[in-house]
Amino acid sequence: MKSLEDLEKKINSELTTKINNTEIKHNQIYIETDKEDIIDVAIFLKTNQDTKFRQLIDITVVDYPEQNQRFEVVYLFLGHEFNQRLIVKYSIAENEVIPSLTSIFPSANWMEREVFDMYGVSFKDHPDLRRILTDYGFEGHPLRKDFPLTGHSEVRYSEDQKKVISEPVKLEQNYRNFDYESPWEGTKYIKEEIENNDKKN
Amino acid sequence: MTKKIKNLNLNFGPQHPAAHGVLRLILELDGEVVEKADPHIGLLHRGTEKLIENKTYMQAVPYFDRLDYVAPMNQEHAFALAVEKILKIDVPIRAQYIRVIFCEIGRILSHILNVTTQALDVGALTPSLWGFEERETLMTFYERASGSRLHANYFRAGGVHQDLPKGLEEDIAKFCETFPKIINDLETLLTDNRIFKQRNVDIGVVTKEDALDYSFSGVMIRGSGVPWDLRKSQPYDCYESLDFKIPVGKNGDCYDRYLCRIEEMKESVSIIKQCLAKMEKGPIKSLDGKISPPPKAEIKQSMEALIHHFKLFTEGYRVPKDEIYTAVEAPKGEFGVYLISDGSSKPYKCKIRAPGFSHLQSMDYLIKGHMLADVPAVLGSLDIVFGEVDR
Repeated sequence: MKSLEDLEKKINSELTTKINNTEIKHNQIYIETDKEDIIDVAIFLKTNQDTKFRQLIDITVVDYPEQNQRFEVVYLFLGHEFNQRLIVKYSIAENEVIPSLTSIFPSANWMEREVFDMYGVSFKDHPDLRRILTDYGFEGHPLRKDFPLTGHSEVRYSEDQKKVISEPVKLEQNYRNFDYESPWEGTKYIKEEIENNDKKN
Repeated sequence: MTKKIKNLNLNFGPQHPAAHGVLRLILELDGEVVEKADPHIGLLHRGTEKLIENKTYMQAVPYFDRLDYVAPMNQEHAFALAVEKILKIDVPIRAQYIRVIFCEIGRILSHILNVTTQALDVGALTPSLWGFEERETLMTFYERASGSRLHANYFRAGGVHQDLPKGLEEDIAKFCETFPKIINDLETLLTDNRIFKQRNVDIGVVTKEDALDYSFSGVMIRGSGVPWDLRKSQPYDCYESLDFKIPVGKNGDCYDRYLCRIEEMKESVSIIKQCLAKMEKGPIKSLDGKISPPPKAEIKQSMEALIHHFKLFTEGYRVPKDEIYTAVEAPKGEFGVYLISDGSSKPYKCKIRAPGFSHLQSMDYLIKGHMLADVPAVLGSLDIVFGEVDR
């Protein structure tokens, strides 16, 4: 499909029930779907003659701890032929297991491992779901919002034991997060008042 | 009598000169043939994305230098573009040219490093000695513009930090005259070199289909014959107004990728020349005082400038709630930033898409059935830098 509008129509008509919402923003299409439908959506996007999103650029998760459906899973696609980008999203609760895309896009392998490592989201049918970026034997999922910036443990070489040991973080001074955001919103209220007065008159 | 043959497991790295950093590659060998490769990464993981979530937008820029540290400004560019698109601010034309010049300098920096170290890995020492001399010249350009050779912290949302110092444009122009000769010298050493060709031709072949399936980008996909370059297909800044060619390979092997890199350096020189010719005097960052800090002299004179300065360097500017994915053609491939803002002065999430990550994960597919001695050649042509793979 040449234009994003046509593509949006095409996706909506072909995948009717599988799509919850579509939106065009910043010259990209944003699609909301469900966990159960992601495999079908991915296969359609990759193989259909009018979409041809041949590359999976990245998989990531956004953490919203205050929501019931805590994690939002995001897939970024790129289609070379029609030069378009597409973003697919769906929300899941904390302990949900989601389907793996490795059988459709081999490159999903490490991307899903990274999501598993950083957020603790598990994938069904993933061939090799291990931690990837963090240390061997690491505990916790660093990119979750409730994981502290300084972490829980630190490693050092112990002269007594002659090996590298891991112990709880000891800081001379705690990490200080200053709140600089000012509640002052400028002179907007004056402008509004003037506008309101103008309307009245 | 039957003999039991067991495959040998070999640890390639993390301290191996040809591992290009801290890669631990576990190879399963049958004799000298590689059966399986399992890269263990993360030895340089610093949690960049987590740190960025805790910093203001301006404080986040230096973290991008530390990703692919051989071409720092290309990464900053992706982040700056993402923030600019959300804020909907325009970049002055001079700033666009300056950014493109330094991105192309970054491309040359990265390609020289890659081409010469790859030659080093397969046994040629001289190219790296010649090439690194030129890198040093280029890094002094970085230093003169930004104050530091590597971690530039030069691009800002809305432009660049400061204007080029006097004389820098002329010196870059001079470099553009002398550098093509150096590329030719490197080519006389390598392109028709019998040993170099024996080590690279038909090694690590990637087909078009596989390049797409494995999310390859940059030289890795162009080497396999897919004419895809974000500077052409999804132009950003002033690339649209520049005239340049995209070199494309044919066979998708290590040698074709080497040739692509050499040609790209020549194109980069031509881009820099065009930018220098077209560049005019003018502002170098957005004139919006709520986003760009005021000049130092003005702070002493104007109350408003002082307030802007104070607010920008404590609270930082706020970015409205939005989400965006922006990508640039970094020397190694598509470098992207998926940015989610929540209306505060800190990003809610900043996912960094590093090209090297997808390239390295295909190591098992690329190296299966090759000899042990081909591992450094393939690894070299993947152009891996661990700053960006591990983030």
